[in-house]
Amino acid sequence: MILKEILQKYPKKDDQLIEILLDYQSAKSNHYISKEEIIEIADYLGIPESKVCSVLSFYTFFSVKPRGKHIIQVCKDVPCYVSSNIDILKIIETELGILVNETTPNQQFTLEFTSCLGCCDVGPVMRINDKIYTHLTADKIKAILSEYRVNM
Amino acid sequence: MNEMKLISKRFGKINPLSIDEYIKFDGYKNLKKALSMEKIEIIDEVQKSYLRGRGGAGFPTSIKMMGLAKESNKEKFIICNADEGEPGNFKDRYLMENDPHQIIEGMIIVAFATGGTKGIIYVRGEYQKSISLLKWSIDEARKFGYLGKNILGSKFSFDIEVRSGAGSYVCGEEFALIESLEGKPGRTRVKPPFPTQSGINNKPTLINNVETFSTIPTIIEIGGANFSKIGTPSSTGTKLISLSGNVKHKGVFEIPFGVSIRDVIYELGGGIENDRKIKLVQLGGACGPIIPEYMLDMIIDFDRFEEFESKTGAGAIIVIDERFDIFTILLKVVRFFQHESCGKCTPCREGHIQLGNLIEKFIERKAMMQDIVSLESLARVIHQASLCGLGQTSPTAIISSLRYFRDDYIDRIEHPKRG
Repeated sequence: MILKEILQKYPKKDDQLIEILLDYQSAKSNHYISKEEIIEIADYLGIPESKVCSVLSFYTFFSVKPRGKHIIQVCKDVPCYVSSNIDILKIIETELGILVNETTPNQQFTLEFTSCLGCCDVGPVMRINDKIYTHLTADKIKAILSEYRVNM
Repeated sequence: MNEMKLISKRFGKINPLSIDEYIKFDGYKNLKKALSMEKIEIIDEVQKSYLRGRGGAGFPTSIKMMGLAKESNKEKFIICNADEGEPGNFKDRYLMENDPHQIIEGMIIVAFATGGTKGIIYVRGEYQKSISLLKWSIDEARKFGYLGKNILGSKFSFDIEVRSGAGSYVCGEEFALIESLEGKPGRTRVKPPFPTQSGINNKPTLINNVETFSTIPTIIEIGGANFSKIGTPSSTGTKLISLSGNVKHKGVFEIPFGVSIRDVIYELGGGIENDRKIKLVQLGGACGPIIPEYMLDMIIDFDRFEEFESKTGAGAIIVIDERFDIFTILLKVVRFFQHESCGKCTPCREGHIQLGNLIEKFIERKAMMQDIVSLESLARVIHQASLCGLGQTSPTAIISSLRYFRDDYIDRIEHPKRG
């Protein structure tokens, strides 16, 4: 979807900035906001570009660099850590051949950390796009990833 | 010991997507009752109930309501804080996913009593399921005449909108949340003025936690005086506890205040997996104190928790067994706050980096006695010199660990890594 169509859904009020960024970033297959788009959004809302940039750098959901089609987020906080016998991050890193904060060469996956996902009773957990996967084991992680690979 | 289900009574009993099932299970009848009462009567009932905020700080709800009610502005905001980001807490997610209409009903009653004109539920961006469930439920409530113009034929009009966070823990702090709703980075403001005087767009704003709003219909139903008989004198009613870590049964449990932590872990949680020993328990979440096994008989109560110079937190209990190293846990806690600090106050922004460096020295067995002193004084500076609840509570884990696990620190110093 192009940015103009998304912008038209929102009133020209500066309190709409975060909603617009969330909406547009998730609609884009590489999930990031480019320099040109920052200018376009700032123009639409009548605010300085610096204001858009300050929001983009503050919230962890936003990226100003291209990311993969699927964003994998691994919880790094205490409840998941103590619920797990395995190193979730290591398994995904090995499986995808990338390190955390990197994107696979085919632009399919980006691996990130996330703060607590509020699923501490079913940990360890990870999130792929908007979906949360619980009770992770090494086999389960491999199965989930291969599902995403098939649907590439 | 059993649970006492007042606000979780519908969990698993109704389809959360169905407003009909909610209505059949006593839903929206307390709104009807409230609409027939005088506004001041409703606030009186909340005052008599002695309900304290369930988001962590424990501020009396009726004082906030009174504060908003006396503001004469035409526009007044009612905000539900659903930015549940504290590690170890997931009870608000349970409330949103299992009984969304109870939250909406609570918000409408509070809006009616205080003259609120517009409601917003600010949900953390990670909770996509909660967001879609709430949006669906709000549409349903509007169709049935519980939201919108002239609610149930009265002169009272009120509507609610759902807004999403974008991955920021500090936006659970009330002024950071307001800044975020205004489309800005979530950095807190200096108080006073308080939100009830000048909140979103400088309009009077009342902010309560999901669980606080969910409790309001029950108070209207049974009356404030009856509600206040549940729990302890300083902490009335029930509390949802998020139990996680190395227990057999994890999950959300509703208990009256005054129950001991040991009972929650062993009777509701079924004890420790493989019957291991407990190394430590963290209360409230990452911002809460760390206590040893011998302190588990303490009761869950706002006043009892004040001895940790901290707040009760939102009711998380994270159990960690003997296999884990306390310093690894502390490092995770400190790094969490380092990442989530908004950067406005120097002690919080820089202090967490240094706290982490000091804890790493204990992990690597390179620490000296001086490092204990530095840890303690740095933790106190962050606690005292930060503007918002993040920096004020984040050092609690360090400070309490220095008090109750001092031997672990000394052991690392006395047994340094050789070579």
